[in-house]
Amino acid sequence: MTGTTSGSRLHVPSYLREDDSLRTPVGFPDYRSTGLRAPLRTPVDLPHRLTEVTGPVLGEDRVQSQDADLTLRNGGEAVGQRILVYGQVLDSGGRPVPDALVEVWQANAGGRYRHVVDNWPAPLDPHFDGLGRVVTDSLGRYEFLTIKPGAYPWGNHHNAWRPAHIHFSLFGRAFTQRLVTQMYFPDDPLFGQDPIYNAIPPAARHRAISRYSLERTQDNWALAFEWNIVLRGTDQTPFETDDDGDVA
Amino acid sequence: MNPLDVPEATGPYQPRSGRRGSGFLTEPFRLGTTPSATVGPYLAIGLTWPDGIWAADEGAEGGVWIRGRVFDGAGDVVPDAMVETWQADPDGGFPSPEDPRGAASYPGFRGYARAQTLTGEFGVFTLKPGRVPDGEGGLQAPHIDVSVFARGILDRVVTRIYFADEAGANAEDVVLRGLPEDRRSTLVAERTDDGYRFDIHLQGDRETVFFAV
Repeated sequence: MTGTTSGSRLHVPSYLREDDSLRTPVGFPDYRSTGLRAPLRTPVDLPHRLTEVTGPVLGEDRVQSQDADLTLRNGGEAVGQRILVYGQVLDSGGRPVPDALVEVWQANAGGRYRHVVDNWPAPLDPHFDGLGRVVTDSLGRYEFLTIKPGAYPWGNHHNAWRPAHIHFSLFGRAFTQRLVTQMYFPDDPLFGQDPIYNAIPPAARHRAISRYSLERTQDNWALAFEWNIVLRGTDQTPFETDDDGDVA
Repeated sequence: MNPLDVPEATGPYQPRSGRRGSGFLTEPFRLGTTPSATVGPYLAIGLTWPDGIWAADEGAEGGVWIRGRVFDGAGDVVPDAMVETWQADPDGGFPSPEDPRGAASYPGFRGYARAQTLTGEFGVFTLKPGRVPDGEGGLQAPHIDVSVFARGILDRVVTRIYFADEAGANAEDVVLRGLPEDRRSTLVAERTDDGYRFDIHLQGDRETVFFAV
């Protein structure tokens, strides 16, 4: 929401933090890579000022229409189960976030990333580069056609396999809304042993799991999964307020 | 307004939202936010942009390079991190529709950069920001907001870059002044031949000050 100016004072919105008990911690002991990388000191509270409530506008010029379809690359069709992944980007006040750049990346159907560091011996798919980008529409909606990513082992602990997931990156409209996250699929049997999934506090884990969508599943074509993404909202409401701040 | 004043009843009673029996919510409507996750080791697939490092156009007058390394708790360089920067232009304006003063437009400047540390250090090309109002009638010292993402970091960590050659402004800055003196230096970029150096220490004796935003 846009603030207003009054003399030398600027009224900027304050973006609501999720309660700590529902936020993913920056480090999680069972996820070994956090050991030397997650800061150990308590972060210092930074009041929201102009730098924090503004953000870059990264829109249409970063996206081409074919970026929403990950299944047709390099002149052929990717191997695997075709899926439609769609949803709405909202803020915590329930307001759609339009014109938001959504970037996704993922493993192929065999669970392998198109990346030199990935040495999991599943085949690479020349027709799947695992990269997609879209900009949300005026109602905050996004949609990708892609391939269900495979699970893969990753060596964090004995028999450690990542549940199938798609990486998402979103900007929202303010620095405080920046989010990188992962979307999971319903009822994945690998949730129980995955420390990246289990780093999310139990009461918030369902927010990272997409919903199978029969209504958008297309006959003889593709399964559909719906995942709505919620970015931080402001503590201002879009309604008129009384002088004492009550919602009128 | 005196809360004991009795309003005159000039029309039929209208229930107000937020009141019992009105059918409206009695508390602000809130959706739970989507939890953060690590970018993992393969972020280069989805988050690489050919123009990512250019917050200002190549060759922009007054442009500076901000270069630095990201260190882990063992003192080793992190080669698979992503650093994003966001800042005001030299006049203190933001190229953002969310700036309550109106979106600024500074020639050759977009205010945002995304860089990797694959070569051992990151580098972004930008213009030094001007001073930005603090919202309380004062000015902040020139600064850049920074996000650091990497495998092993489940939620981005946020810091700020200040500038060593802004000692006067830094001494007045309300964020810097709120920090213990011995930790302020972790936020101050040192002058170099072509810009500034700003190293980030994720852990250790010199752990960078990170902010909860």
